[in-house]
Amino acid sequence: MVSALAVQVTDLVMRYGGTTAVDCLSLGVEAGRITAILGPNGAGKTTTIETCEGYRTPQSGVVRVLGLDPARDRAALVPRIGVMLQSGGAWSAVRADELLRYVASLYANPLPVETLVERLGLASCGRTPYRRLSGGQQQRLALATALVGRPELVFLDEPTAGLDPQTRHATWDLVIELARDGVTVVLTTHYIEEAERLADQVHVLDHGRVLASGSPSQLMASSTADSIRFRAPAGLDVAGLGAALPTGFSVVVEAVGQYRVTGPVSPQVLASVTAWCAQQGLLADQLSVNRHSLEDVFLELTGRDLRA
Amino acid sequence: MTTPTLAPAPGSAPRLRMVRSHALLEARLLARNGEQLLLALVIPVLLLVGGAESGGVVDLGDGRRIDILTPGVLALAVLSTSFTSLAIATGFERRYGVLKRLGATPLPRSGLLLGKVGALLLVEAVQVALIATVGLILGWQPSPGISGTAWTLALIVAGTAAFAGLAMLMAGTLRAEATLAAANLLYVVLLLGGAVLVPLSSYPERIRPLLELLPSTALAEGLRAALDGQAVDPTHLVVLGAWAVGAGLLAGRFFRWE
Repeated sequence: MVSALAVQVTDLVMRYGGTTAVDCLSLGVEAGRITAILGPNGAGKTTTIETCEGYRTPQSGVVRVLGLDPARDRAALVPRIGVMLQSGGAWSAVRADELLRYVASLYANPLPVETLVERLGLASCGRTPYRRLSGGQQQRLALATALVGRPELVFLDEPTAGLDPQTRHATWDLVIELARDGVTVVLTTHYIEEAERLADQVHVLDHGRVLASGSPSQLMASSTADSIRFRAPAGLDVAGLGAALPTGFSVVVEAVGQYRVTGPVSPQVLASVTAWCAQQGLLADQLSVNRHSLEDVFLELTGRDLRA
Repeated sequence: MTTPTLAPAPGSAPRLRMVRSHALLEARLLARNGEQLLLALVIPVLLLVGGAESGGVVDLGDGRRIDILTPGVLALAVLSTSFTSLAIATGFERRYGVLKRLGATPLPRSGLLLGKVGALLLVEAVQVALIATVGLILGWQPSPGISGTAWTLALIVAGTAAFAGLAMLMAGTLRAEATLAAANLLYVVLLLGGAVLVPLSSYPERIRPLLELLPSTALAEGLRAALDGQAVDPTHLVVLGAWAVGAGLLAGRFFRWE
């Protein structure tokens, strides 16, 4: 049976020395969609994606990419996939257009190099050696080399890390266009906005495990805690406000004069908050109702500890 | 005509095209690298001109100096390209993730190696042409005949294989900086102590049997005989072959791609 999944990872385990980089991880990637693997540094994103690319052999578990075993069937797989590594991958003296033409020459039906160069704003660095390109230019060149062979599936490892906003948006447009033209896209990122904007499907990873999977809206809906924020004079009777609200709500002081009510916000609850303030003779200033963002979900899932 | 889309159309290029493309790129990169060019062309030509015109500062043994010197400089050119240049370039390809990145393209590892061999032979062809021309201008009178020409080609190919095996072994196991240092050091050591420019007969008799086992000695001594129309000792080819097989097997076993 041919799987409808372009990538299927089942119970993958990868250990290095004493550390477990990937811990019994399972995830799927639907063909023709954009899938984001979102997680903090060290979550196991790169190990997972590099195992899918065939660079590492699963120590335990099964990985299938386009129905193939990426380690064993590498020769059959590589012409069909495009790979953008997190860094490096080019000779220091190679020129941008030279590298792109070279990589194009390894494929049967490459994209016209000029088109890619233009799309990614690389025209100005055609004859510049790789080592003198800016970080953003190097990254765009790496993206171009991942796409030039017209793959059916691309793996982009942190494609926009460190890019300026213009370049990031240009990259996003290209990724969306790829999916529209029928290419399956798997990208890793620790930018929540990137996952939220681009991905049809997000897998949130941490400590080598999938903590949650779903579309960005599903992930946001799965979280119950919306919030109301407002400003009022310091010393507000927080407990009193809490008592005026249905159970399941909490009121906290976020900063001096800045309050947050957390819970499943409804029009009635909003009315209760403002009514209570009116009773106290207070003006609730700068009041806002906050839908839960993917960022909140992400932080809720992965915790707030700082990562290396 | 419609705008080209990004729609998938995967597939590998024909193998020969990949190998040719890789060989041409590597040769171009080498030609662009100042230090490598110095090693490949400038130093051999300087040694040839300097050695021929210095008139006996270094004793090269009996015979015309230029006839002894030119084959040695050709051997040096092979050493610089197939050993030093290759080791340094490959070491940095490993360091910069080039080999890793190429691993995700349709170019197979065998194609990569063939491409490297192609680049080496291209560069060596340019070196041989230039050195031979300068040698002829300086009065070199080679008299290899058909058999000597065949020996010359066989020795250059075997020498390239031996040195390339050693280069890959080094580049695939050491850090890039260590490879850089060691490859340059060995180049100088072999140049001075490996009977490259100075014939084996000019070395002390006691150490000659040891020197004869070096690939540099085998290549240079073989070329000196072949290009002078003398009989070539087949041992030279055996020595080069043994180095090629030994280093090749070790490199195949221990080379780390990342």
